[in-house]
Amino acid sequence: MESVAIELIGITKRFPGVVANDHVNLTVMENEVHALLGENGAGKSTLMSILFGSYDPDEGTIKLRGKEVRIKDPNAATALGIGMVHQHFKLVHNYTVTENIVLGIESTDRFGMLDLSTAEKKVAALSEQYGLKVNPRDRIEDISVGMQQRVEILKTLYREANILIFDEPSAVLTPQEIDELMDIIRRLKREGKTIILITHKLKEIKAVAERCTVLRRGKLIGTVNVADVSEEQLAEMMVGRAVKFEIEKGPAKPGKVLLDIRNVTMKNSRGTRGVHNLSLTVRSGEIVGVAGVDGNGQTELINAITGLSPIDSGEILVNDKDISCMTIKERIRSGVGHIPEDRHRHGLVLDFSIAENMVLKNYDKEPYSSRLGVLDYAAIVDNAEGLIGQYDIRAGEGAAMKASNMSGGNQQKAIIAREIALSPDVLVVAQPTRGLDVGAIEYIRKRIVAERDKGRAILLVSFELDEIMNLCDRIAILSKGEIVGVFNEGEVDEHQIGFLMAGSVKNATNVEAGR
Amino acid sequence: MRHNGQRRNLRTLLMTSDGALSVMVVLLGFLCGTILILLVGRNPSGMYKAILQVLTGYNIDRGRFYVRYVGEWLAQSMPFILCGLSMAFAARVGLFNIGGEGQYVVGLTVAQFVALLGPQIPVMHWVLALSLAMLAGAAWGGIVGALKAKFEVSEVVATIMLNYIALYASRIFVMKIPGTNTYKTPDFPVTALLRSEFLERLTKGSMLNLGIIFVVLSVIVYWFVIEKTRLGFALRATGLNKEAARCSGIPVVRSIIFSMAIAGAFAGLAGGIVSLGSFKFGRVLAGNDGYGFAGIAVALVGNNTAPGTALAGLLFGMLSSAQPLMESNRIPKEITFIIQGLVVVFIAIRAGFRIFIRYSMKKSAIKETVIDE
Repeated sequence: MESVAIELIGITKRFPGVVANDHVNLTVMENEVHALLGENGAGKSTLMSILFGSYDPDEGTIKLRGKEVRIKDPNAATALGIGMVHQHFKLVHNYTVTENIVLGIESTDRFGMLDLSTAEKKVAALSEQYGLKVNPRDRIEDISVGMQQRVEILKTLYREANILIFDEPSAVLTPQEIDELMDIIRRLKREGKTIILITHKLKEIKAVAERCTVLRRGKLIGTVNVADVSEEQLAEMMVGRAVKFEIEKGPAKPGKVLLDIRNVTMKNSRGTRGVHNLSLTVRSGEIVGVAGVDGNGQTELINAITGLSPIDSGEILVNDKDISCMTIKERIRSGVGHIPEDRHRHGLVLDFSIAENMVLKNYDKEPYSSRLGVLDYAAIVDNAEGLIGQYDIRAGEGAAMKASNMSGGNQQKAIIAREIALSPDVLVVAQPTRGLDVGAIEYIRKRIVAERDKGRAILLVSFELDEIMNLCDRIAILSKGEIVGVFNEGEVDEHQIGFLMAGSVKNATNVEAGR
Repeated sequence: MRHNGQRRNLRTLLMTSDGALSVMVVLLGFLCGTILILLVGRNPSGMYKAILQVLTGYNIDRGRFYVRYVGEWLAQSMPFILCGLSMAFAARVGLFNIGGEGQYVVGLTVAQFVALLGPQIPVMHWVLALSLAMLAGAAWGGIVGALKAKFEVSEVVATIMLNYIALYASRIFVMKIPGTNTYKTPDFPVTALLRSEFLERLTKGSMLNLGIIFVVLSVIVYWFVIEKTRLGFALRATGLNKEAARCSGIPVVRSIIFSMAIAGAFAGLAGGIVSLGSFKFGRVLAGNDGYGFAGIAVALVGNNTAPGTALAGLLFGMLSSAQPLMESNRIPKEITFIIQGLVVVFIAIRAGFRIFIRYSMKKSAIKETVIDE
């Protein structure tokens, strides 16, 4: 009979205005891979932060191997053999792998000098034992994101963790790296570790987890044996209703070219190569997806079109007009819409009301401003109330509600409403569903398809390959600032795209076919 | 139980309303001031008597009204309010205008020059002097805005440096005026003065002058521009989230230059009003008057809003015009500076206050659930 590793009993955690965890129970067996599934805001991270000692629970007890424990901070958790692999890595970039791993628990020799060689040997041995293939002497800045994640795993192993918590580990990885991560998790299990996997990706749960606990709005929905349920059933538990995975969309009816990017070259914010000699067209009535691993020129491409950063050479034509030297405002007037990747940084003024946010791009035009420059708040509020109804934006206090008080999904809907209401010819959409719950994702994808059917040209940049495969009529793959392939929908599978994303095969055979 | 509910209401109010928090902070400042007076062995009632006399003109000990004190209070408050608006306007756009002092000095200097050398036409003379003082302040602030917008020069460093330049340049230029000795110029012609016989009669001979009209107008203009115009919308958006503003096509560079120039205009006007309203001659400044720096505190206490800044300016004006009365009531006048300082420190740690309130709310929430069960 398996024994119980961790037992969380009746955990309750309140934040002002919300109950993040409402009497949640969780039992994790020794040496199992246990998935924790839930939408954003369901309370997964809060629950794990309590287990890891970052938060104090308001109620409830934690039992470790049958013994009640109080975990007052992450150091206590570490001492109890609990390790956390954070979603956002906590690594010092100009330190080596070993230096990062020993950080905080450096061992010294007799003379009080730092003793790295012993640590290095231990790291190498651990890496060998778990098949992590990490070189202890590499600098963090020189290794890939996938490798950095393995360093985070090693950090927990080095501290002799036997219960490992993975927080959304696949969010930053390519499909190949995700496969490798799954292998690593299986290997960790074989070596006797207990693993808790926080995720909202059902595929990964089916791939590695034995049992799965589902949370919804802070409440425990249930724990199931993964083998007994389908992905659809898991999704239903998570959302509380049946979910469609496939977007219903008819065939694209592409018309004339609305966005024509010609040989654009520009630097990134660090002054090194951002995108190089990049050409891409988007026609009216089609969605073109840009697939690629984060940091391969996506941001630069978006900035080039929207005008957030200047390009060094090339042309960008919207409706046959070169916009590459225009100001941001002129570009908006010329028909470029932008749903930004970072909605808090670029999309919204969080301390503004939703009404003010809705007119952020045309506040200076009638009817919102008079010719003398005086704002007409009645018109601004009217506009917002119209859009709130039309786009099903849930704002408890109506148009006057502060944007910061709305949920992520509703914030995103507000941005989408604003951008679509300006009826742009070209809509640049970056990561439109990141961090949103399934219901909002479904809605937003439908809206994007509806805009396509209205004859807009849509450029979709996303790191979620599923989203690209699902939504796009053509797929362009971006690697190291260059387009390494353009395919029509259905011409490629995830694996081929993954290889191209990683830059391992550089073929441009289909570029012509895609044009 | 009812008492408990009221306490919770107070806490929510303090959490959500910046104004309520400011009021609490000011009261706390006075409380500490009172305790200090007790500690040095004096009777704090002397302070409150002085304050009452400044606010209403009523002297409790003699049982008589002296309206002049009210006039002095308002006159004292003028530069505090204007310099507060200067700081606040820049702050609404996300800038820290520490250069109110320099902009004030530039305005003051220009007003003195116009007063001594300008055409001696009644009304026109001081109107011209105040206008040019505002323009000079705007230019002085605008330089900083342009440096910040075009070359990413920190506005904090630039304004501090320009404060020195303003002070010493003012000395050099004012000393060049014929008939000027080391501390004063010849007297201003009467046409340049902001004196108003009506206001003087109304307040029984106080220093209150026509400047008050411009102060009131400034508060209204500030409120209108920030809250009601499309320029204000762009400026507020820039201040709250520069990136999102830029992304939405708002000309952020222009916003920054504009806001520093407008901020400078407020401080320049303050300089003009002080020079032509409170003095009959031009001054060769030996040091800073300090209104520009006090403006930072005024804006902080006033939460950068027009009415808040006006009230905070009146508070600071009240403290400073209460000083002589407090001295005669045997209260050390330094206590007013201590109260000012405490208020600013408390305002600065208001984030800490909020955390404390949230913590105590949480604690009582737990207590209640325990009781419920």
